[in-house]
Amino acid sequence: MRETEVLIIGGGPAGLCAAVSALESGASVTILERNRRLGGQLVKQTHMFFGSKEQYASFRGIDIPAILLEKLEKYGDKLRVETDCTALGIYEDGVVTALFGEERYVKYLPKAIVVATGASEKALAFENNDLPGIYGAGAVQTLMNVYGVKPGNKVLMVGAGNIGLIVSYQLMQAGVEVVAVLDAAPKIGGYCVHASKIRRAGVPILVSHTVTRALGDKTLEGAIVCEMDEKFNVIEGTEKRYDCDVMCISVGLTPLTELLGMAGCEMKYVPELSGIVPARNKAYMTSRDGIFVAGDVSGIEEASAAMVEGYLAGLHCAAYAGYKSENFAQKVEDLEGQLAKLRGGPSGAHILRGIQKNVKED
Amino acid sequence: MRIEEHPILTFERGKELTFYLDGEEMKGYEGETIQAAIHANKVKLLGYSSELKRPRGFYCAIGNCSSCMMTVDGVANVKTCTTLLKEGMRVETQKDKGVLR
Repeated sequence: MRETEVLIIGGGPAGLCAAVSALESGASVTILERNRRLGGQLVKQTHMFFGSKEQYASFRGIDIPAILLEKLEKYGDKLRVETDCTALGIYEDGVVTALFGEERYVKYLPKAIVVATGASEKALAFENNDLPGIYGAGAVQTLMNVYGVKPGNKVLMVGAGNIGLIVSYQLMQAGVEVVAVLDAAPKIGGYCVHASKIRRAGVPILVSHTVTRALGDKTLEGAIVCEMDEKFNVIEGTEKRYDCDVMCISVGLTPLTELLGMAGCEMKYVPELSGIVPARNKAYMTSRDGIFVAGDVSGIEEASAAMVEGYLAGLHCAAYAGYKSENFAQKVEDLEGQLAKLRGGPSGAHILRGIQKNVKED
Repeated sequence: MRIEEHPILTFERGKELTFYLDGEEMKGYEGETIQAAIHANKVKLLGYSSELKRPRGFYCAIGNCSSCMMTVDGVANVKTCTTLLKEGMRVETQKDKGVLR
């Protein structure tokens, strides 16, 4: 049994920031990360961030982990980082089990836990949607930007939210043709600046369109695309065929909450937060005492918001473990102000409605 | 299928490795996953679903979805999107649920 004061599950943007503020508060911290390196999905984000300087606006996502790791360096032995280590369960007695590599099984007994496991990509239902060549947009981003491998030659992008638009642009940067970007919604969901870059390169963005069928025997060879009416019903007679060997599905993410569900935390379906999320209080604590959450696991947002939530959850979690930070109230107020600013736009209003449904007053 | 020039990124590839996909010799690099190496060799089909035998490729590439499982050095159900390639690895397209040995 290993002891640690604060155990953080997930070393992405939320988890790393939670570690920074828990350490700053004086607690000892262990981070469990299932990947071989820290940084979560920042490691493939070659685009520059928006927001304000506190969340590293105008930095590329790929450069942010190094900045956060530098902040962690000075804590020496107070911090343990375990990579290639997957948390398996959080038990009734507060014990957390983890698998190191494929063989070694280790138990932890922390005073408090931050679960920052992030999210996974959603799939879309249509005929033959399981053909090889149909990939999550984030998966293609990993293949290209982490491993330097092209997914194929001609890509159809399904979804014109920020991820769909950004990955389309990154495909072009890698020298891959994007045949079209389509979205079921009547409006482009992502930022105008991303959409313009793609359109300038001559790629059509088709709104009120969906894919109804994938074509191909063993791997993808094409897709049938249809127009949709305002009630999202396919309009008969509008079928068009696109030749493509890759289709990227970019229809959103869903929180990775298995650990919390198994731990008996109260869970709720909140559509604005993109799925089943743990109920929490204003201090980021779930219905189970000592289990905190931060980032996409409690509602899908951008990495900038995940970082601020991480700092907040880290402060609250350390306080729970007996290390209340100096100027605690002021720090919390400042960070909550940053979050309010990030959520100032229309997509932020949507998130705030979800949070209002999910966060308990107490 | 490898990106040779990129406006933002440079790819520092490790040592060249040899591996075998269903007996066919292929090249990959140290530090990359089995799935990335296979994809760089222009192969998308990684296995078949256990019930309906439908072709399977990867979907998430980060270890969430289990769509990329293959038999590697005799071990079934290896997530090839997160497992690193090693010299001489024998990777097989998985056609059923796999057997524990």
